[in-house]
Amino acid sequence: MQFMLLFSRQGKLRLQKWYVPLSDTQKKKISREVIQTVLARKPKMCSFLEWRDLKIVYKRYASLYFCCAVEDQDNELITLEIIHRYVELLDKYFGSVCELDIIFNFEKAYYILDEFILGGEPQETSKKNVLKAIEQADMLQEALSYHPRSQIP
Amino acid sequence: MPAPIRLRELIRTIRTARTQAEEREMIQKECAAIRSSFREEDNTYRCRNVAKLLYMHMLGYPAHFGQLECLKLIASQKFTDKRIGYLGAMLLLDERQDVHLLMTNCIKNDLNHSTQYVQGLALCTLGCMGSSEMCRDLAGEVEKLLKTSNSYLRKKAALCAVHVIRKVPELMEMFLPATKNLLSEKNHGVLHTSVVLLTEMCERSPDMLSHFRKNEKLVPQLVRILKNLIMSGYSPEHDVSGISDPFLQVRILRLLRILGRSDDDSSEAMNDILAQVATNTETSKNVGNAILYETVLTIMDIKSESGLRVLAINILGRFLLNNDKNIRYVALTSLLKTVQTDHNAVQRHRSTIVDCLKDLDVSIKRRAMELSFALVNGNNIRGMMKELLYFLDSCDPEFKADCASGVFLAAEKYAPSKRWHIDTIMRVLTTAGSYVRDDSVPNLIQLITNSVEMHAYTVQRLYKALLDDISQQPLVQVASWCIGEYGDLLVSGQCEEEEPIQVTEDEVLDVLEGLLVSNLSAPVTRGYSLTAIMKLSTRFSSVNRIKKVVSIYGSSIDVELQQRAVEYNALFKKYDHMRPALLERMPIMEKTATNGPSEIVQTNGETDSTVLDTKHPPTITQPPSQGNDLLDLLGGNDVVPVIQTSLPTKPPSAGGELLDLLGDLSLTGAPPPAPASVPSVPMSQPPFLLDGLSSQPLFNDIGTGIPPMTAYNKNGLKIEFMFERSNPNPNIAVITIHASNSTEADMTDFVFQAAVPKTFQLQLLSPSSNVVPALNQGNVTQVIRVLNPQKQQLRMRIKLTYTYKGSPVQDLAEVNNFPPQSWQ
Repeated sequence: MQFMLLFSRQGKLRLQKWYVPLSDTQKKKISREVIQTVLARKPKMCSFLEWRDLKIVYKRYASLYFCCAVEDQDNELITLEIIHRYVELLDKYFGSVCELDIIFNFEKAYYILDEFILGGEPQETSKKNVLKAIEQADMLQEALSYHPRSQIP
Repeated sequence: MPAPIRLRELIRTIRTARTQAEEREMIQKECAAIRSSFREEDNTYRCRNVAKLLYMHMLGYPAHFGQLECLKLIASQKFTDKRIGYLGAMLLLDERQDVHLLMTNCIKNDLNHSTQYVQGLALCTLGCMGSSEMCRDLAGEVEKLLKTSNSYLRKKAALCAVHVIRKVPELMEMFLPATKNLLSEKNHGVLHTSVVLLTEMCERSPDMLSHFRKNEKLVPQLVRILKNLIMSGYSPEHDVSGISDPFLQVRILRLLRILGRSDDDSSEAMNDILAQVATNTETSKNVGNAILYETVLTIMDIKSESGLRVLAINILGRFLLNNDKNIRYVALTSLLKTVQTDHNAVQRHRSTIVDCLKDLDVSIKRRAMELSFALVNGNNIRGMMKELLYFLDSCDPEFKADCASGVFLAAEKYAPSKRWHIDTIMRVLTTAGSYVRDDSVPNLIQLITNSVEMHAYTVQRLYKALLDDISQQPLVQVASWCIGEYGDLLVSGQCEEEEPIQVTEDEVLDVLEGLLVSNLSAPVTRGYSLTAIMKLSTRFSSVNRIKKVVSIYGSSIDVELQQRAVEYNALFKKYDHMRPALLERMPIMEKTATNGPSEIVQTNGETDSTVLDTKHPPTITQPPSQGNDLLDLLGGNDVVPVIQTSLPTKPPSAGGELLDLLGDLSLTGAPPPAPASVPSVPMSQPPFLLDGLSSQPLFNDIGTGIPPMTAYNKNGLKIEFMFERSNPNPNIAVITIHASNSTEADMTDFVFQAAVPKTFQLQLLSPSSNVVPALNQGNVTQVIRVLNPQKQQLRMRIKLTYTYKGSPVQDLAEVNNFPPQSWQ
């Protein structure tokens, strides 16, 4: 996977994870283009599209679009499963996740993603293990900090 | 200073902003507060501030002043700080900034931290955005962690190693020992990431690949793991819709693909498991299909037995019928990849594929179109073409150009009859005429020229199409050209195929003149029409009208038109005696491939298209080595010219060099007569396709009884001249040279050049090949046409160049012993 973007129906970016080195301007340009292209798709169209030399796999969950850019040799169908797994993780963590959860707790969304995917590839295929690791890390965050005000940003 | 506001508070506040300006104001205020807080080196709230900064960065605002703060957070002892710090590093820093190198030490420390979650953060960051320098510095640490028994860290280290290898491929070797027993792990996370690591290594290095195949016996291990996944019962931890760890299954299949590629033993070892997966996987949900998809890709890529391949194609065929459009999409993509190698198997699903042309999704339509063209053959051409033409009518503009080109190509290869071919072309031109590619025009013209018996029918249909619509330029260009060539057939009402229309010369000229003045006509089209009008001067009787038109355009603003008109004018005035010869009917042009459903010849049509470039010289845009320079005028001097020099700049005046004048009149502005002999056709052509050249009935008059003569016979190379008279013009002698080689070695790169005295005009067509086989095993033939209006004695100087036994040979000779009948 080269990058993953989460954005709303209005095109507002909610999460961006890049697995390739690019400058800020390049990232902005790519995001804008991809978002525009995906938002222009009609509901009857399939979840894959070609963009530059990559394949974009996207799926809409309620008001959020989950969008991954994969390479030519990657399996699009399993990428859809990867996206679904991430949504399941968020759902389990936040309890019936909605867009607002991700807006207000974006750093947690990142933490969860980073426990599931590393360098563009899934690192853990067990839902339980990912959630367990997050839980432990959260507890560590609370335990190691002694100053009440710096506990939670 | 009051405590900086909390992150959630900030988010809430910003979201209340009603305008972009309001939001910007809030952000600026907060940024200022954060900046001063950073300046104060406040440890307590740094974490909170950076988090807020990251939020603002996501909204699109600059946050670079927070980069160093991220580093400070990473260096902190608090886990919360580290978490935000590393996140900030991944979002704000990248390898372009020198700042990121400062992270290296922190990461190194954290890789050895006592808490595995800290180690995890470090591994994650390194694996996500580590630069080559960082990777070099820290590879050792990663390698160490790859050998740990802690599966939480091991799996992360494996993916981190993948990143290191991608950044610094030379370091791949150092990870090899650690991979030894990766696959004996029970933990699925480690298994999955290990397979990814092994895949990366095998893909990058053939040595690694063979090492893993032979020494490590990777294939049996993977087969075993895959088997366990399929056979084992329900495992709640890894289950997805009844399938056990599909992510791992897909990854293993992909690695098997790489291991089995071009290796018989490996392929055989995995045959059974592939068949098992292909037949046993549940297909009701996407996840099962994902595994099947990967299986199909693997089966098609390795050396699988034919039964397995057929199974794979059938799976794809079933995919095509699936309701889920995603599945149909991947099926079409895969079929497109396999259609060349497993053509017959894919043919069985042709009707389903053709149905996909009507799909709503644009990507599916495109793939279905490409696949349909790949499946067209002599048997199904009529049916397929009907579907494809219907598709052409109704498809989006973005498809039309490709579809039109595809239709032409398919029609050319498999047309069941000439009439069908012409009809198909007409249909494309009239429905998608403006989308047709520019190079199609010359191809079509050549096609029409070669369908001799259809000329009357073609010109009639084109004329009728012009009456309807003159806006589609390619159609108009082809039509003008045809009317110019075959206008006489049009007015004489000779059409056999359909009811001949009644049209007068004036009506035809009206149409052509209409094109000249119309706003819709492109400059190129105007050029076509003017030349067509000119050509009709030898076919129609209303010459005066034509003369008038031509002289009017002599003062046209369009330089191209002006030039043509002026030269045509000169043709009427000073060179009227040459006019009939110059404007006579075009001979059949060579093609580099036949019309049969034989092997696909890549150069089909491509090289020919350059002949009919309507752009005038002076700039030669195509290299003359296309092998189809029909006009090869060496006339004007006795000196044998150099090969492939560029044409001298053209004089614009009417009474200019005869050479140039004739040069552009010949083929509605053909490419310049490169004053060189015609180089050979591409070597890749099997000679038998081109033998047709010499035996093509170029001229009706064969065997006029002129005896052949030997023009040259030296060093084993013998060149014989065979004569014909050209009909309708008796001033043109047609000579076919036969070159034979009686020595024991082939003569390669054979090039024949000829020059004639000033009073003659010479035209050299393409040779049949440029290798004269040894021991008289075959001939190279080439056709020369000599125009001899003054009936002078024919003399010729020839130059031969070839390579013999590795060394180049060159020779000049005079040919004076032409039999009198050849020039009288």
